[in-house]
Amino acid sequence: MSPADTSFVLICSALVMLMTPGLAFFYGGMVRVKSALNMLMMSFISLGIVSVLWVLYGFSLTFGSNYSTADDGGLIGNLDFIGFADTIALTPDGISPDSTGLITFALFQLMFAIITPALMSGALADRVKFSSWAVFIALWVTVVYFPVAHWVWAADGWLFGEEVIDFAGGTAVHINAGAGALAAVLVIGKRKGFKKEPMRPHNLPMVLLGATLLWFGWFGFNAGSALSPTGTAAVMALNTQLATAAAMVGWLIYERVRHGAFTTLGAASGAVAGLVAITPSGAHVNPMGALLIGVVAGAVCAWAVSLKFKLGYDDSLDVVGVHLVGGLIGTLMVGFLASDKVNTIAGGFEQFGKQALGAFSVLAYSFVVTFVLATLIQRTIGFRSSEEEEVAGLDLAYHAETGYDFTQTGTGSVPVSSVPASADLAAGEKKVDA
Amino acid sequence: MKLITAVIKPHRLDEVKDALTAFGVHGLTVTEASGYGRQRGHTEVYRGAEYTVDLVPKVRIEILAEDSDAEALIDVVVKAARTGKIGDGKVWSLPVDTAIRVRTGERGPDAL
Repeated sequence: MSPADTSFVLICSALVMLMTPGLAFFYGGMVRVKSALNMLMMSFISLGIVSVLWVLYGFSLTFGSNYSTADDGGLIGNLDFIGFADTIALTPDGISPDSTGLITFALFQLMFAIITPALMSGALADRVKFSSWAVFIALWVTVVYFPVAHWVWAADGWLFGEEVIDFAGGTAVHINAGAGALAAVLVIGKRKGFKKEPMRPHNLPMVLLGATLLWFGWFGFNAGSALSPTGTAAVMALNTQLATAAAMVGWLIYERVRHGAFTTLGAASGAVAGLVAITPSGAHVNPMGALLIGVVAGAVCAWAVSLKFKLGYDDSLDVVGVHLVGGLIGTLMVGFLASDKVNTIAGGFEQFGKQALGAFSVLAYSFVVTFVLATLIQRTIGFRSSEEEEVAGLDLAYHAETGYDFTQTGTGSVPVSSVPASADLAAGEKKVDA
Repeated sequence: MKLITAVIKPHRLDEVKDALTAFGVHGLTVTEASGYGRQRGHTEVYRGAEYTVDLVPKVRIEILAEDSDAEALIDVVVKAARTGKIGDGKVWSLPVDTAIRVRTGERGPDAL
C-alpha cells in the first residue's frame, strides 16, 4: 500500500471509529431517562468486544482469503491470520508495504465490524440483559457479520463474484443489521407498555449531536471504502453529502404533510436514512442519482417507521425502518441508477437482479441465523431483562449508575466507605477519609 | 396571616415578581410545576407517533402575607399574570397558623 493510500485509510479509520459513539448518542437520546446509560453502553461495548475478536480471528475469517492463493469457496475466509501472528513484517526499510497494507485495511474494516452489531441495539432498547447482549455481539459477529462481510467484500466472496454493487456496506452492514434487529425483536418481544404508555425521547439535542457525529464519520465510511484518495472517493464523498441532505429534506416534507410539524427527530432520522441508502450506491451514481436515492430514502423511511405500530413488533428505535428499509432502497435503486460514466457498471434489469440477489440473500441469512442465535441465548442464559429491572430502568440494574443529577438537593448519597459500620461506632472508632 | 398560592404561566413570572416588588413584598418562593386545567395539554410528534401531553409547564408562586394585605396582593398577582388567553392559571389563599424566621426566631407577622 502506498504512503498516500495508507494515510487516507488511516484517517478514514478514525472517522469511522467516531460513528459508533455517535450512534450511541443518537440512540441514547431517544430512550427514556431510566435506561439512557444502558443504551449508550450497548454501542460502546461493541468497540471493546469486536476489536478483541477481530485480531484474534475475525479479520482472518472475513478477509484472510484475500492474502491466500488457495480456493476457500467464497463462503468464509481462513485461519491464516489468527492473532495477527507474523503480519508485521519489518524490513531494513521499515514495515513492508504489503504488511502496511494488511494492517491498515484490517484497522479500517474493524470499524465496520464494530458498528454493525451496535446498530441492532436500538431495536432492543430498554429490555435486554447487558451481559447477554455482550455475549450476543460476540456470537453474532462470528456467525453472521464475518461470513456476510466475506461474501460481499472478500476477493473470493460469492456475492463479490456475482458483481453485486455494495461499495461501503448497504448489504453487509445495514441490511444485515436491520434483518438481524427484526429477528431479535421477534424473539425478545415488546417493551412493557408498548403502544400504551408514552415513550418520548429524553434528550433530542443529544440525538442531533449523535446524528452529526454519524454524518461526519460517514465520510470516512463511504469515501474511505475506495481505499485510496482517488476520484471515486471524491465522487462518493460528494454523493454522501447530497443524498443525506436530500433525505433529511424528504423526511421533513413527509412529516410536515402527514403530521403538521418539522421535527428535530425527523431531521436526524432523515439524515441517517440518506446516509444508509447512499452507502452501497454512492460510488456508482451521478449526483442527480444521489439526490434521487436520498429523497426516496427519506420519504419512504419516514413512512416505514410507522409500520411497527401497524404490524405490532417493537423495533424500539427503528433499526428496521431506517437501516433495513434504507439499505434495501440504496442497494436496489443503484441497480437501475448505476452509471457507467461514473464507475464500471451500468444499471439495468440485469444489474437490478444482481442487487436483489445480494440484498435478499443477506437479509434471509441474517434473519434466520439471528433468530436462532437470539432464541438460544434466551433459552440458556436468558436475554430479556426481568420485569422489575425493565420498569425501574436498566441503568441501575446493570451499571449501578444514573445518567443525570440535575437537582440541587441531590439524591442523599454518601460514599459507602465513609459510613462507619455500627460495630465500629460501638468501639468508638471512626473511619477517616485520607 | 395568609398563604397566597398562584399557579401561572411561566413567562408571566417576571411581571408578577416586578408587581409584587412594587407592592412591597420582600420574599416569595417559586417552584416549577406541571398540570392542566380547562385548556388541557398539547400534541407532540416523535417519528410519526403522536402523544397528547396533558401536563404542561407552570410555575407556582407562594407568598405569605398579613391578613390586611392579602386581598390587595391577590389582585396584584392576578393582574400581572393575566394574558387573557386560556391557561392563565389560578390564585388562591389559605389561612396560616404561624410563621417563623429561621435566622432570628421571630414569629408571626414579624417573620414576614
